[in-house]
Formats: sequence, C-alpha cells, structure tokens
Amino acid sequence: MASSPTKMQILTIYKTLLRESQNFTNYNFRSYALRRIRDAFKENKTLSDPKQIKKEYLYAKENLAIIRRQVAVGDMYQTEKLVIENMR
Amino acid sequence: MFRLSKNIIPLLSKADPRVLDAMLPYFVGQHGNPHSRTHAYGWESESAVEKAREQVAQLIGADPKEIIFTSGATESNNISEHKCVLDSCRALEGEGFKITYLPVGPNGIINLKELEESLTPETSLVSIMTVNNEIAIGKMPIDVNKMNIDLMSISGHKVYGPKGVGALYIRRRPRVRVEPIQSGGGQERGMRSGTVPTPLVVGLGAACDIAEREMPYDHAWMETLSQRFLDKIYSKLSHVIRNGESLLMALKDIALSSGSACTSASLEPSYVLRAIGTDEDLAHSSIRYGFGRFTTIEETDYTAEKTIRHVERLREMSPLWEMVQEGVDIKTIKWSQH
Repeated sequence: MASSPTKMQILTIYKTLLRESQNFTNYNFRSYALRRIRDAFKENKTLSDPKQIKKEYLYAKENLAIIRRQVAVGDMYQTEKLVIENMR
Repeated sequence: MFRLSKNIIPLLSKADPRVLDAMLPYFVGQHGNPHSRTHAYGWESESAVEKAREQVAQLIGADPKEIIFTSGATESNNISEHKCVLDSCRALEGEGFKITYLPVGPNGIINLKELEESLTPETSLVSIMTVNNEIAIGKMPIDVNKMNIDLMSISGHKVYGPKGVGALYIRRRPRVRVEPIQSGGGQERGMRSGTVPTPLVVGLGAACDIAEREMPYDHAWMETLSQRFLDKIYSKLSHVIRNGESLLMALKDIALSSGSACTSASLEPSYVLRAIGTDEDLAHSSIRYGFGRFTTIEETDYTAEKTIRHVERLREMSPLWEMVQEGVDIKTIKWSQH
C-alpha cells in the first residue's frame, strides 16, 4: 500500500478487528481484545500525520492476522468456562 | 481484621496470545538448532534468538550482548549468586589492597549493620551489587544504566510470556563476572551451556516487546481495577488495612502474598510482611489480590463481592471479631501453643 489508508479502510479494519475478537473462546482474551482495540482507535482518533496513520493501520492489520490465528488455536483447545461466564 | 495488599503483579499470568502466535512457527516449521550455522534452518532460528535478545535488552535499556537466556528467574538468580565478583576487585587485591567481602542474608540483601561494622578508617570504597528482582520488569520502566543495576533476572511468565524461560542481564562495563553453574557446549557466551530453546526464547522476546509497548496502558488498567476493588471493599467492610504498596512493590512477588500457596499450608505468615513490621495477627490475616492485563471489571466486582460476603459471614461467627467489637485489642490475647 503506497498511500495512507482511507477513512473507509480504517473503519472497515476497526469493525473487522472487533468482529473477529468476538470469536475468542477464552473470556479474558476476548474481553481484553475488545477493550484494547476500542481504546487504541480512540487514542489514535486525532492522528493527522499520514505516515503515523499508515503505521498504525499496518499494525492493526498485523494484529488482525494474529487474532484470526489465535481464535482458531483457542477453538481447538477450549478450557472450562469461568464462574463469571456461567453466571450470565 | 484483615489486610489488603494492593498488588498489580499477576500471580499466575497466562501467556499472551500474541506471544503464543510468535512462538508457534518455531514449534511447527522453523525447527533448526540455533547453534548449527552450517544449514539454513540454523540461521533462521539463530536470527530469531538474536532478535529476542534485542527485545529483552530493549525493555531494560541494556545491550543485547549483556543478555543471556536461561530456564527462568530461579536459574538466573543462581548464576548471579554463584560467584559474582567484579574484575576490578580481583585486580585491586593483586595490587595489595585489602578487600572485605560481605555475605548476603537469606533474603539476598546485605545486612547494613554488618556493613557498618566492617567499615574501618581505612575503608575507601564500598561496592554493593544490585541484584534486582524480576517482578518489576514489564510493569514499570527499568533502565539498567540509570538504576546502576549489575545483574538482573528476568522471568518469562511474569511478563505474559512462556514458563520455562528467562534471562539474566550481566553488565559488561564495568564487567561483572559470573561463573556458569553447568558445563556443556558453551552456549550463551559460555555462561549457560545447553541448547537454547528457540520457541521459548522467541516467546520471551515477544513478551518483552509487548510489555514495552503496552506498559502505560496496562498500568492504567490495573490502577483502574484495583481502585475499583478497594472502593468496593472499603464501602462495605470496616477494619481493613492496606499494606504499604510502595514497599511491597519493591519486594519479591511471592512475598506479597501472605496465605499464598507457599505459606498457607504451614500457617506461617509471610516472612516479608513480618520483616516489614507487620504484626503477627495482621500477617496471618492478609489476603493478596492481583490484577493483570487480562483481568476484567466483572472479575474484579465478583471478587470484591465474594470477599465482602465471606468476611461478613466469618466475622459473624468469630469470637475474635466479637472481642474487637467490645474494644479488646486482639494483640493482647495470649495464644497457647498446641
């Protein structure tokens, strides 16, 4: 990607990150991923430097790949649910 | 009574999924021996190990050459305690200077009284080696140069990395000399023989990298949770005493918990809580709570509510609590041995 990402692209990756993170079977990892993604995008909302925006976008893409792989791994090795999850 | 240790160091943290993600390729595909330089597989895992060394060094402001990989903080501590003498000390001795070596106590700390007593009018230099403990790494900024640290142990699972791996920082200028505790192939600059476990080391490196990036965010989160937890406890329970956190923060992980797995079997309260001047009754009634990167608000609230409910229930049936209500100072109670 030569130029910096468009608003649309950023919005798309944000939504994809959240959607994929919902699939973490592990309660703690799921909660963390959702919280971390929301906070990271909130924190970088005011970025204006195209270089910086591009860097963060690539970091998001990298993390999306990690999340997809780790969701798959987590699916294969599920553990018992926590008390907290069973209360719901 | 009951005492809270606010503590932001998780006792048993699981590996971060990002760490596992970094490790997996080295379990699945990249299986070269990092010391075999004659084939491409070896090169790949060697560069992975060197990258991890840089990541660990970066986190503590060290040079990668000052990092050796071990099986964990216990081994690192053993290597550094085995025999660590400054080269300069030996050289000075050779030149006819008189050197007094002071032993450390079981806690690894110099006895200051002993130090004072060994000072003579001829004493011109006192050198104390800092063996910083590993708990603070990844939780607060550490710079080995600014903090004048000579040796430091790093543990993988304390930074959301894998268990079974750690590192030891060994200062090069001025050079700190350590002697290996095991012989073999002379890996890790001869200080730690044995094949370096590439996947674990890569995991440790990734964990340090994440720790550095996430430190302010993690710290703020743990502060939020612990404050929320304390607010809940204080609003419902009286006679709750909080341990001095600044001091506890500086102490070893295990020492933070009285009534932990290590001490509860013997009913022996944490020696550190006692060492820092905690009365026996309070040392006995301490509970340690830990908050980590993956702790949620729900878990915090659940734990606070459970704690409140059970403390109330236990107090209800405790004769000691009744005495406290009547104004008896429970320190004055004579406990008979049984």
